[in-house]
Amino acid sequence: MAIAHSSSTEKAFAPAKKSTRTAYFLLAPGILWLLVFFAFPLINLAETSTKTPAPTFETGEFVQTFRFANFFDAFAANQEQFFRSFFYALCATLLALAIAYPLAYAIAFRSGPWKNFLLVMVIAPFFTSFLLRTLAWKQILGAEGPVVSTLQFLRILPSDATITATAFSVIMGLTYNFLPFMTLPIYASLDRIDYRLLEASGDLYANGATTFRKVTLPLSMPGVVAGTLLTFIPSSGDYINAQLLGSPDNFMIGNVINSRFFRVVDYPTASSLSFILMATILVLVVIYIRRAGTDELV
Amino acid sequence: MAESKKVQGDLVLEHVTKTFGDFVAVDDLSLVIPKGSFFALLGPSGCGKTTTLRMIAGLEEPSSGKIKIGDTDITTTKAYERPVNTVFQNYALFPHLTIFENVAFGLRRRGIKDVEEAVEKVLNLVELSHLKNRKPGQLSGGQQQRIALARAVVNRPALLLLDEPLGALDLKLRRQMQIELKWIQTEVGITFVHVTHDQEEAMTMADTIAVMNNGKIEQMGSPADLYENPSTVFVANFLGQSNFIEGSVTGTDGDNLVVDLKGSKIALPKSRNNAKGNVLKVGIRPEKFRLHQANEKVSGNVLSGGVITDISFFGVSTQYLVEMPWKQELMVFEQNDGGVPELEKGDPVALSWEPQFTFALDGNSN
Repeated sequence: MAIAHSSSTEKAFAPAKKSTRTAYFLLAPGILWLLVFFAFPLINLAETSTKTPAPTFETGEFVQTFRFANFFDAFAANQEQFFRSFFYALCATLLALAIAYPLAYAIAFRSGPWKNFLLVMVIAPFFTSFLLRTLAWKQILGAEGPVVSTLQFLRILPSDATITATAFSVIMGLTYNFLPFMTLPIYASLDRIDYRLLEASGDLYANGATTFRKVTLPLSMPGVVAGTLLTFIPSSGDYINAQLLGSPDNFMIGNVINSRFFRVVDYPTASSLSFILMATILVLVVIYIRRAGTDELV
Repeated sequence: MAESKKVQGDLVLEHVTKTFGDFVAVDDLSLVIPKGSFFALLGPSGCGKTTTLRMIAGLEEPSSGKIKIGDTDITTTKAYERPVNTVFQNYALFPHLTIFENVAFGLRRRGIKDVEEAVEKVLNLVELSHLKNRKPGQLSGGQQQRIALARAVVNRPALLLLDEPLGALDLKLRRQMQIELKWIQTEVGITFVHVTHDQEEAMTMADTIAVMNNGKIEQMGSPADLYENPSTVFVANFLGQSNFIEGSVTGTDGDNLVVDLKGSKIALPKSRNNAKGNVLKVGIRPEKFRLHQANEKVSGNVLSGGVITDISFFGVSTQYLVEMPWKQELMVFEQNDGGVPELEKGDPVALSWEPQFTFALDGNSN
């Protein structure tokens, strides 16, 4: 009796079980990937962050002492770079937004047959390496480069001035490098707007500017939020732009982490800094998404 | 936009033409829609009715011609400056705004005071005020349709345009909305211009119907007028169905013409003859026919010698196909009210109808 009962239950639930199994099967590669390349390194990083140098004082040798003060020490020593990172990232994000929104708008609504070509142009920089493109900017903006010499010739810049090794060039580099990440999500959300909504707005006494303010912009907010996140997060952790286009005065937290890991070989400090950076970004992002109020729009 | 309040009167289209490249969507259309009427533009897809509506709304500019409301020329006026509102085919409700804000949109743009009260009132009219804090995505199709209507009506425009507003609703809801729309139109007294390809919808609601085909108006009139006395074959077949039999005028008998219809003499009221020559296309609606057994004595207009080739039962009525001696199949609808003899496929029959239901078109028209 019991056997008969259980087998009939099994039959009844078989389709549901099968579909769950399929779901897990499809998720497996992704979960495995996350475990190997995200979860394990993260645990390892967490473990390293509370270590202290080994009594032997041999380079690269650390022992686990659960010294949580590492976090405070690391933060206290590098406050300046932290704040600079977020400031530069914020500037780059705002600049990228100012450039990307009109660009995405033009591609979505005004490009006609050029739409696909323009989209390819937005992505085109990805065909070369991030590092190479930043190096190219170093050349272009460098002391011997065409921009500086032209500006100096026109007496816009004094003869001893430079563009590289300034905050300006670092922020410019960040803006340039992450511009496609801002443009594409905004384009996607603008392109998805039903043209008839804009007609309806016009029909209901809204002129072009009001239609933009009341209909187009609110409906493109998911793209704006996605774009700003995709720009701000990698910008605040970036170190290539500061290293190639800036001077030590413009170094960001990424540069500190980089040098702690590979030059000073101070793994605990580097790990602590990484964790603080991650936590800060997470908090900022959560606050931002809450305030943007896009939960129901996305 | 204070002047928009003053713009009132009949809607007048004067020689309006709209071309897209080589394609003539609307061809020299002239039309007067009286203030306060419920007007339907009826036609198959691609006949130019939606283009006409969009030109009235200001979403398209005519290639030539003029559009006026009363004495005010609005041909080049921007859509947002016209005292015209549209109920769009897909409703086009703003997904990011609540129902209340959707309805208030037009009022806020014009800086009107007492938005709250006006919106509340119109939401009561469509009986959906309890949904005012929802977003459009949370509403059913029928509810969205009513909100789209409320959003337009609340502005008290001189003209309300409806672009296939009931197309996305199921049959039962469509019937209900037809009655409601008509009621709301009477209630608010705004001129409604309704574009549709559904002849039943147009006939149920409109005071006047203009049947459009190939960018031109084929015929305009009251629903009963168009149905009973169509002036073209297109109208006769677009509004209901018609049987056409070729015939020729052989004489006169008082107010009637005597017509030879494949050997049978029938009467046609002179007032219902739209043909210029003597060669006619005589039209009889399928439901006007009466079926008789072949040996029965019948008066009125009679065609005899038919054979039933097909019977389809529709519930309220039955459709018969009757093959005539000249090999034409005529369609006959009979009410299932017991007034028809028991007939089967292959039975010989005669057809009769009242002379006043006969209409005639030019024999050369198609």
